[in-house]
Amino acid sequence: MSVTVSSPADDTPLLRVSSVSKSYGARTGCEDVSFELWPGEVLAVVGESGSGKTTLLNCISSRLMPTSGTVSYRMRDHTWRELYRMSEAERRFLMRTDWGFVHQNPADGLRMTVSAGANVGERLMAVGDRHYGNIRSTAIDWLGRVEIGADRIDDEPRAFSGGMRQRLQIARNLVTSPRLVFMDEPTGGLDVSVQARLLDLLRGLVADLGLAAIVVTHDLAVARLLSHRMMVMKDGRVIETGLTDRVLDDPREAYTQLLVSSILQV
Amino acid sequence: MSDIATYNFAYLDEQTKRMIRRAILKGIAIPGYQVPFASREMPMPYGWGTGGVQVTASIIGPDDVLKVIDQGADDTTNAVSIRAFFRKVADVETTTDTARATIIQTRHRIPEHPLSEGQTLVYQVPIPEPLRFLEPRETETRKMHALEEYGLMHVKLYEDIARNGHIATTYAYPVKVEGRYVMDPSPTPKFDNPKMHMSAALQLFGAGREQRIYAIPPHTSVVSLDFEDHPFEVQRFEKPCALCGAEQVYLDEVILDDRGGRMFVCSDTDFCEKRREAGHVGELGMAVDGLEAVR
Repeated sequence: MSVTVSSPADDTPLLRVSSVSKSYGARTGCEDVSFELWPGEVLAVVGESGSGKTTLLNCISSRLMPTSGTVSYRMRDHTWRELYRMSEAERRFLMRTDWGFVHQNPADGLRMTVSAGANVGERLMAVGDRHYGNIRSTAIDWLGRVEIGADRIDDEPRAFSGGMRQRLQIARNLVTSPRLVFMDEPTGGLDVSVQARLLDLLRGLVADLGLAAIVVTHDLAVARLLSHRMMVMKDGRVIETGLTDRVLDDPREAYTQLLVSSILQV
Repeated sequence: MSDIATYNFAYLDEQTKRMIRRAILKGIAIPGYQVPFASREMPMPYGWGTGGVQVTASIIGPDDVLKVIDQGADDTTNAVSIRAFFRKVADVETTTDTARATIIQTRHRIPEHPLSEGQTLVYQVPIPEPLRFLEPRETETRKMHALEEYGLMHVKLYEDIARNGHIATTYAYPVKVEGRYVMDPSPTPKFDNPKMHMSAALQLFGAGREQRIYAIPPHTSVVSLDFEDHPFEVQRFEKPCALCGAEQVYLDEVILDDRGGRMFVCSDTDFCEKRREAGHVGELGMAVDGLEAVR
């Protein structure tokens, strides 16, 4: 059992999602999803394609306004703010300081035409850092932490492999020490050995920094390796939640049993 | 007036001028903010100053004295034809003398002679959006301006330093106007950026193809963006102007032969001529009487 006790003092949740629904006209994206996320906790959202995982992620990460329901976030000063009642300026500020978003396709989260160093430094400059030397040394430090050599700092992400791009995207998101990171299929499209390294790296970073994370994935192995808790979605609804090991080793719902049993065994 | 159909004063019809003046007033009220306007077809191609010409046409009156400069010179095609245009459609007096002009339409340069109160500088702007090549979505750049999210502008300067060891942007160098809007000063050399700061003259910017007008009212702070450890600097020239010997002015390189011969001369032709008339001679120059022979 992987029970997380991140820091005993932090027993209030970081994020509170209550009855979030999103419909696209007559079609349902996700329906009546509620959960809480604690600091330092990694939550995996699994389910097949079209089950509403990404819609849910977008709804709780301020990228898509839900049709109904609320998302509340505990700010650094411990006040609770409702996401969609904040001004757009505040939301965007939150998004580039206290939050991170790791896209499946690194090109969506990176600026492909500027160097790796500038990609990492952008958030620092966005919050007012105006010292080139400091920005650069922070960028070198972060590239090192995601295992990208300092000699690649002036290369554009276009010159990077898929795995490196994904690691660069992670560094770019973590440079402002966010408390919450959203990941949409972070290992999708990478080959298995690169996936393994990336997962290992992510697991280390999440543990070191005490990050809370919501990881959307269809890959149960990712959920197993990264997450403490998981939610299984089907047709826009959450059908099962629980500690990752419990859900994967002892799935309760028929659909979850199907999902778990359909993992290829090599 | 004769009964023969003719141009309205200054080419544009009165309703159009009214619309443009409103955009200009809004631009002056919000320094550095890009005001959209319904740009008209002008009898010249885009890229030749259609924005500047529309702004000039909207503010010019019969008593105005117009000067037009192109890369600092009064005698290049663009400058000559725009002067001729306004002589024809507005019957205004034109000049090359910076101090005498009430309206100066410019492409790329701010005259060396300091501008005074009552003068208006009209810039021809090709790309008004300073964030254009950093963020391709116009909806997004507008939002960034609205929310004052200008971190991206420094990403560009960062890239410059990372690649060249110093800020290598030499023209269209981004500025912050009155502590609020980041603005593209049109492709003027950054040498001229300090002249925009607290200028006594009104500065208007017109982008015809992009349909934007923006403005810097007189006595407005205009600060060039930079890093603490890489402060803003203007270009320096090794030698003074070869014709008039002027220092601390912006110089153009002129190729003299096919054996590497070159000279650097004032880009502001009016300034250079005035100095030569006053008896200043550079290392390749000659006294004013000999000048005509060279030409």
